[in-house]
Amino acid sequence: MRILEHPLIVPCVRRAPLALGLAALAAMPQIIHDAYVLRILVLVGIYVLLTSSLNLVNGYTGLFSLGHAAFYGVGAYTSAILVMRTGWSVWVGMIAGALGAAVVAWLIAKPTMKLKGVYLTLTTLGLNIIIMLVFLNWVDLTKGPLGIAGIPVPTLFGRRLSAPADYYYLILVVDVLVVFALSRLVNSRFGRALKAIREDERAAHACGIPLIHFKTVAFVLSAALAGLAGSFYAHYMRYISPEAFSYPETFNIVTILAFGGPGNLIGPIVGSVILISATEAFRVFAAYRMIIFGTVLVGTMLLRREGLLGGREYSFLITWPPRKKVDYGKGDRFLDAAQPPERGA
Amino acid sequence: MLAQQLLNGLTQGSMYALIAVGFALILGTLKLVTFAHGEVFMAGAFVAYTVVSLVGGNLLWAFVLAVVAAGALGVVIEFFGFRLLRNAPHTSSLLVTIGISTIMVNAAQLIWGAETKTFPLGQETGSVTVMGLTFTGLQLTVYGVTLAMIALIYVLLDRTKVGMAIRAAAQDHEAAYVLGVGINRIYSLTFALGSALGGLAGVLVGLYYNAVYPTMGGMMGLKAFSACILGGLGSVPGAVVAGLFLGEVENLAVAYLNAGYRHVFSFAILILFLLFRPQGLFGRKENIR
Repeated sequence: MRILEHPLIVPCVRRAPLALGLAALAAMPQIIHDAYVLRILVLVGIYVLLTSSLNLVNGYTGLFSLGHAAFYGVGAYTSAILVMRTGWSVWVGMIAGALGAAVVAWLIAKPTMKLKGVYLTLTTLGLNIIIMLVFLNWVDLTKGPLGIAGIPVPTLFGRRLSAPADYYYLILVVDVLVVFALSRLVNSRFGRALKAIREDERAAHACGIPLIHFKTVAFVLSAALAGLAGSFYAHYMRYISPEAFSYPETFNIVTILAFGGPGNLIGPIVGSVILISATEAFRVFAAYRMIIFGTVLVGTMLLRREGLLGGREYSFLITWPPRKKVDYGKGDRFLDAAQPPERGA
Repeated sequence: MLAQQLLNGLTQGSMYALIAVGFALILGTLKLVTFAHGEVFMAGAFVAYTVVSLVGGNLLWAFVLAVVAAGALGVVIEFFGFRLLRNAPHTSSLLVTIGISTIMVNAAQLIWGAETKTFPLGQETGSVTVMGLTFTGLQLTVYGVTLAMIALIYVLLDRTKVGMAIRAAAQDHEAAYVLGVGINRIYSLTFALGSALGGLAGVLVGLYYNAVYPTMGGMMGLKAFSACILGGLGSVPGAVVAGLFLGEVENLAVAYLNAGYRHVFSFAILILFLLFRPQGLFGRKENIR
C-alpha cells in the first residue's frame, strides 16, 4: 500500500468523493430519463450558479446586497434581445449577458460600494426595483409585461441542444467550472482579502486592502455570474417576463444562500439542491411554496443562524490543487491575520 | 391643475408620512430595520376590508380592529425578529423580517386570494370645493387622521412618561435599563405602536384607492424605508416631511412625466440622497447597526 502514500496519489485519494460525485452527476441522465426530473435538476443547476455568485458578495465579502435578481434579469434580457435581433449564436449571447450584467453592476457599484450596512442593502434593493421597472416599461426593447417568447436554443456542432439531457450537461459543465473557479478565487490573495473585509473592515483597511476597489470587483464578478445564469435561464425557458426578475426572486436567492450556509462553496449547492428540488417536487403545494421559503428563512435564522453548512469552508472537498499546509509557528498573529484560519475550525 | 395635483400629492404624501413615522419609531428606538413593515400595512388594509364586508358600513370598527391587529402583529414580529436575536448580527434580523414578509404576503394570498378587493361601500363620501380646489371626503379623512396621529405621537413621545422611556431607550438602551426602564416592554410597545400606525396607513390607502391586494405592502414598505432615510434615520419629524415630499414628487412625476416609472423617481431621489447627503434632511450621522 506504499503507492497510496505517494505525494501525487494522496491528494487524489482525498479527492475521491469529489470525483465520485462528479461521475454520479455525469451519469445521471443515463439513469434518469424522466424529463420532469431532469427539468428540476436543471433548475437546481441555475440556482447553484445564482446562489454561488451571490455568495461571493453576501457570504465572502460580508456585504448585504439585495439586488441580485436584477443582474439575473439583465443577463437574461441582454442575451435574449441580442440573439433575437441579430441572429448571432446563443453562445455569444450568453457571454454578452454576463458582460451586460457586469457593466450594469459596475455602474451601480461605482457610487454604492462606499455605502455601509443597511444603506447598501436598501440601495441595491431600490436598484433591483428600478431595473425591473425598466424591463416592464421599455416596451420597444423588452415587450414590457408581455415578455419575450420564442427565444432560440443553443446549437453545438450543428446540433440543436433542446433535449432535457443537453441542458442538464450544459448547466453541469457551467456549474462545475464556476464552482472550481470560485474555489480558486476565494483561496487566492484576492479571496483572502475579501474574507478579511468581511471579518473586520477597518482592520482590512489598515492592512492596506483597498476596500472600495475590492468590493467593486467582487460585486461585478458576482453580477457577471448572475448574468450568465440569467442568459442560461432565458435560453432554457425560451420565455422571459419582468416579474421573474423582481425582488421576490432576490429574496428566494438570499433564502437559499442563508439556508445552505454563506461563506463556503458547498452551502449554496446544498441549499439549492434541497430547497429547489423540494419545492419543485411537491408541486401540489405550489401555493405554499413561498410560505415554505419564508418559514425556512425564519427557522434557519432562529435555529442555526450560520445556515446548514455555515461556519466552515469545507475547502478540502473542492479545492484543487490541494493547498499546502503552512506552519506559521506559534503565536505569529500577524501572519495568521494575513491568512485567516477557517472559521469555526 | 397644478394646485389640484399638488393637493393629490399631499394626500399621497400624508399616507406615506403615516407609514414612515411608524417605521421611523421602530428604526429610531430599536436601531433595526424591518422589511415586514409593508406587510403589516397590507394586513391592516385586509383586516379593515374583512370587517367592512362582514359587519357592514361602519368604518370606525374597521379602523379600530385594523390598528389592534397591526399592533399585535408588530409584537409578534418584534419577538421573532428582534427579541430572539438581540445579540445576533443585524443581517439575521433583516433576514427574519424578509422571511416574515414573504410568509405574510403569501398567507394573505391563500386567505383572501390574489385579486384586488374593493371596499363594499355604497355611499359617496361627498366633496367640498374651496377656492376652486376639490377636496373629497376621503382626502379630508386622510388629512385628519394623519394630523391627529402625528399630534398623538408627538404628545406621547414628548409629554408622557412612556414617551420618555421610549426616547431614553432610543438614546442608550443600556443606560435606560440601568435606570429602571423595562427595555423589552418598551421595545415591544414601540414595535406595536409603529406597526399600528402602519396598519392605519393601510386602511387609509385601501380606502383612498379603493383597492386591497396582497402585494400592496411591498412597495409601500420600501417607500417608508426611503422616507426614513430621506428624513434622517429614525427622525420622526424628518419622516413626516420626507413622506410628504415623496408623495408630491411621485404625483407630479406621474402627472407630467411617465406614469410607468413612478417608483423609479422616489428610488432615484433616495439613491441621490444616499450618495450626497446620507444623513438625510434632518438626520445626525449615527450608526445604525
